[in-house]
Amino acid sequence: MALKIVKGSIDRMFDKNLQDLVRGIRNHKEDEAKYISTCIDEIKQELKQDNIAVKANAVCKLTYLQMLGYDVSWAAFNIVEVMSSSKFTYKRIGYLAASQCFHENTDVIMLTTNQIRKDLSSPNQYDTGVALTGLSCFVTPDLARDLANDIMTLMSHTKPYIRKKAVLIMYKVFLKYPESLRPAFPRLKEKLEDPDPGVQSAAVNVICELARRNPKNYLSLAPLFFKLMTSSTNNWVLIKIIKLFGALTPLEPRLGKKLIEPLTNLIHSTSAMSLLYECVNTVIAGQYSCSVGSVCLRISVVKYLGLLAMSKILKTHPKSVQSHKDLILQCLDDKDESIRLRALDLLYGMVSKKNLMEIVKKLMIHVDKAEGTTYRDELLTKIIDICSQSNYQYITNFEWYISILVELTRLEGTRHGHLIASQMLDVAIRVKAIRAFAVAQMATLLDNAHLLTGNMQRNGICEVLYAAAWICGEFSEHLENPVQTLEAMLRPKVATLPGHIQAVYVQNAAKLFATILKNQEGNTDSTAAQETSQLMIDRLPLFVQSANLEVQERASCILQLVKYIQKLQQKDVEVAEEVSALFAGELNPVAPKAQKKVPVPEGLDLDAWINEPPSESESEDEQPKAIFTKEEPKHSRPRHTEVDEKELARRREARKQEQANNPFYIKASPSSQKVYQETPGVEHIPVVQIDLSVPLKVPGLPMSDQYVKLEEERRQKERAEKKKKEKKKRKEKRSGRGKKHDSGPESEEDITPAHVVDIVTEEMPENALPSDDDDKDPNDPHKVCDIQGNLQDGSQVVVSVIFENKSDSFLKSMEFNVLDSLNSKLQRPEGSGPHDGLTVPFQLPPGVSNEARFVFTVQSIVMPQKLKGTLTFIVKDSSTHEKLDFKLHFTCTSYLITTPCYSDAFAKLLESGDLKSSSVRLEGVNMPFHHLLARICFHHHFSVVERIDSCASMYSRSIQGHHVCLLVKTSGQTVSIDAKCDEPTLLGNVLDEIKQTFSQC
Amino acid sequence: MSISETDRGLHRWSPHLACSSAGDFEMVAAVAARSGEQMQFMLLFSRQGKLRLQKWYVPLSDKEKKKITRELVQTVLARKPKMCSFLEWRDLKIVYKRYASLYFCCAIEDQDNELITLEIIHRYVELLDKYFGSVCELDIIFNFEKAYFILDEFLLGGEAQETSKKNVLKAIEQADLLQEPRHEYFNVPVY
Repeated sequence: MALKIVKGSIDRMFDKNLQDLVRGIRNHKEDEAKYISTCIDEIKQELKQDNIAVKANAVCKLTYLQMLGYDVSWAAFNIVEVMSSSKFTYKRIGYLAASQCFHENTDVIMLTTNQIRKDLSSPNQYDTGVALTGLSCFVTPDLARDLANDIMTLMSHTKPYIRKKAVLIMYKVFLKYPESLRPAFPRLKEKLEDPDPGVQSAAVNVICELARRNPKNYLSLAPLFFKLMTSSTNNWVLIKIIKLFGALTPLEPRLGKKLIEPLTNLIHSTSAMSLLYECVNTVIAGQYSCSVGSVCLRISVVKYLGLLAMSKILKTHPKSVQSHKDLILQCLDDKDESIRLRALDLLYGMVSKKNLMEIVKKLMIHVDKAEGTTYRDELLTKIIDICSQSNYQYITNFEWYISILVELTRLEGTRHGHLIASQMLDVAIRVKAIRAFAVAQMATLLDNAHLLTGNMQRNGICEVLYAAAWICGEFSEHLENPVQTLEAMLRPKVATLPGHIQAVYVQNAAKLFATILKNQEGNTDSTAAQETSQLMIDRLPLFVQSANLEVQERASCILQLVKYIQKLQQKDVEVAEEVSALFAGELNPVAPKAQKKVPVPEGLDLDAWINEPPSESESEDEQPKAIFTKEEPKHSRPRHTEVDEKELARRREARKQEQANNPFYIKASPSSQKVYQETPGVEHIPVVQIDLSVPLKVPGLPMSDQYVKLEEERRQKERAEKKKKEKKKRKEKRSGRGKKHDSGPESEEDITPAHVVDIVTEEMPENALPSDDDDKDPNDPHKVCDIQGNLQDGSQVVVSVIFENKSDSFLKSMEFNVLDSLNSKLQRPEGSGPHDGLTVPFQLPPGVSNEARFVFTVQSIVMPQKLKGTLTFIVKDSSTHEKLDFKLHFTCTSYLITTPCYSDAFAKLLESGDLKSSSVRLEGVNMPFHHLLARICFHHHFSVVERIDSCASMYSRSIQGHHVCLLVKTSGQTVSIDAKCDEPTLLGNVLDEIKQTFSQC
Repeated sequence: MSISETDRGLHRWSPHLACSSAGDFEMVAAVAARSGEQMQFMLLFSRQGKLRLQKWYVPLSDKEKKKITRELVQTVLARKPKMCSFLEWRDLKIVYKRYASLYFCCAIEDQDNELITLEIIHRYVELLDKYFGSVCELDIIFNFEKAYFILDEFLLGGEAQETSKKNVLKAIEQADLLQEPRHEYFNVPVY
């Protein structure tokens, strides 16, 4: 024995200790893995020895290796051995190793219960302390249950050192073993008034955390906390208490009033930024009418948090934020991109008619000096977002806006050319007064197209030429010098542009040609017109050779046309009228709902069936003979030839109802149809046309800065005029239906826009509502994927998920993950862990939807389930990781499969007596009986076995073979459903779901 | 057919601690996912991205821990010196600060106070400094168990348990006294 000890300590002399290990690793940088694997072999040897000091040393080294990412779970039992050493030195190391390496699934934890209990009651407070600390890291529900009492006793330990730890760890215990809360709570409450400040603060911590989860139960403690809040000087405690009050005030509004004073005092007196921030956050969340504005400035010291807080304030007190505009604009200069982006977000919310030009001007300066294309592109989209928000609500001068857009085209290497282009098109189409100006600008752009396309890298921006060509062609009557523009559009260089742009060029060259002919034929000299034709004939062959089909087709078509025109011209035939008739008609913006307002032509009944609809009763005939009643109710169904008006009306009504409940059917809005049906006419297409104000003529490319000045002048003039008018009459009501916000500053009312936008209210069909109602930020580019589930097959359930990319970015690397429950698990490929996500096997371009299938294993199907999951994906352009949370609802119904059942089999099933029965009554169901049945069949996967008058039996089968039988009876508006099933829980849930279906209608 | 809904942001769960029903598996799942502490975890890593200390206050598998660590270290190291100390990452807020060659990085929940977390980090650094006497990265590498002991005296389960620096150091010194003097060469820190 003695020899063994001596041998042990001699061995130890040659062992590595932790420092040696660390040093060794540092010296073996090249072959670290190899070195560590020899070390692990050594450690394994050391762990086999009896000497506890050697073991502790080995465990200590393992803890270090664990941090480096090596798996040490194999040594779990050795760790427990070291933990149970009687010497503090080793115990400490053992507990440390355990707290780092153990987790809930470590099975040796079961063995530790008694050891921990022994340590908790050790006379040495540090033994107890170490055990408590360790426990806080690896407490499991079992440990919590077994040790709750011991820890509760420690809460009244004589040493504050232990009391404090015991109080804190109680929170962990509550989480793992909620039943312990009730007995422990009185003692916890006592600790709020513990003489030791550390224990007190620990108790405040725990109660605050508990209260944040479930505030209602803690309202009674409010006076006690109020006392603490006014007396305590400990910032840590104060922050917790303020947070607690933040959770309590929504439940007890009177608290809010009481809190204003102490909170304001704290805000003005504290030097601790963290406390100040907490106060401000609480004030904002509680919307107390505090002097928030003054706080903003102080908090802006910490820029990021200040901006964060301000964005919260902005929602409730927009004015107080607007006064800090300069400060926020300064943040755009910050080095940190996240700060700049926050500031941009804020700017979006705080623009008004008054400050829009100024803000955009500042942003333009930033665009110029911004380094890094990502941030510059972000700026660009933000400028456009800010200007175009709520139907150009804040833009008072569209010439200014066009010139901003034109300036933006000079950005090198932006990817947002199409965005600028679509804005140009939108504005030019909708703001009539601006067209002449826009056309002039676009003509200059076309003329200088080489500046945009000169560098192949700047490809993105050439999209604007698409808009420019179209605007010049469509509104060519406004062109100053159409021939020059035509020439610019037919330059050989154009052939290097992308195909879709070339196509627009060719088409619009033809439009321009028509306009020029019209102008020139008025003149006596016909040579000019012929020259233009010749120009077309000379240049178009280039496009006829294009590889792009669209371009080629259009060009050859137009070329032949021009050749024919030339022939006519040589015969001195006037052709201008005919040619311009090719492009006659004006393009007006149309609201998406406009179609509804077009009256239905007489004699056309959109609701009438083209063919006889398959009716439900028809399928009944195919059912085998009834066993209950011999005389099958042979109420002869009316043939469609003899259908009378009444029957038709009834059917139509029924169908409408069916459609109303069908989520895939887009309904008509009854109100709008009725209003306009009486006075049909095209003038009801909701297009607002107002032309105002003489447009300015600015030669050459405009500088947006000019407009700021001009706009100022205009406003001043307007103001002066208004003063005169004021006495006579009140200001005319402003046009523009799109005005949604009336909360803006009052002064905004005084600025009338120079141009009025044709406002097309953006409405969606009622059924096309976005599924993410809780999506708070309407500007979020990544709108939700629709997820629908279909369930089937044995204990395996296949869920097909439809991913729809509603954003306009490209989404890739999508990963689908679900938090497994005990009952339902997502099937993952072999070899992957239980929390790994599944890669979605496709990428999603904007606006595209695709379907992926996932297999779930479900053990019990008797209860409905909800699984939480997340979808992570990368937005290609910004290459940021985004995630989307969703829930999958597995209703019990979804486990049912429509299975036909013959009535004799059905009768046998009912007679067998194996089935438990249950019943439910539905009141106020106002629908024909066969609709009711159809609905149960459709929504709950039943099939009708037999129907006799107002009574029907139905059958369905679950994926695990449970039989579900229903007997549905109706009398008046009451429907009673008697049901039988071999699984009562499943039956109850299915009935609940049926009830739900009918309560929704 | 089942209809699912999506919810952005954190699923805020409210465990009705006093009345948990047996069938409420949703709550069980939520508790497993996050046990709702002020601090989720703390990481110390060097400028080269080497992990020097890790403390997890939420139960996660080793694989997840590794994944989180790897991603976070990359994210934080990619930031420029003048950038601010807070960032939003997944559904957490990350608070980090660099002291010499070491990054101290904490993850907290959405509604927690970033500034107090920054103070916690600073307080921990002060404690290390006091204990080791102007601490450097090597002190933490070679005495990493001590660094853990100090952290455990300061934070428990993600909550600050002792706000007085003096008390923390006293507790550590007392505990060190109890420790057996180890073999001579154990005690001499040689780098």
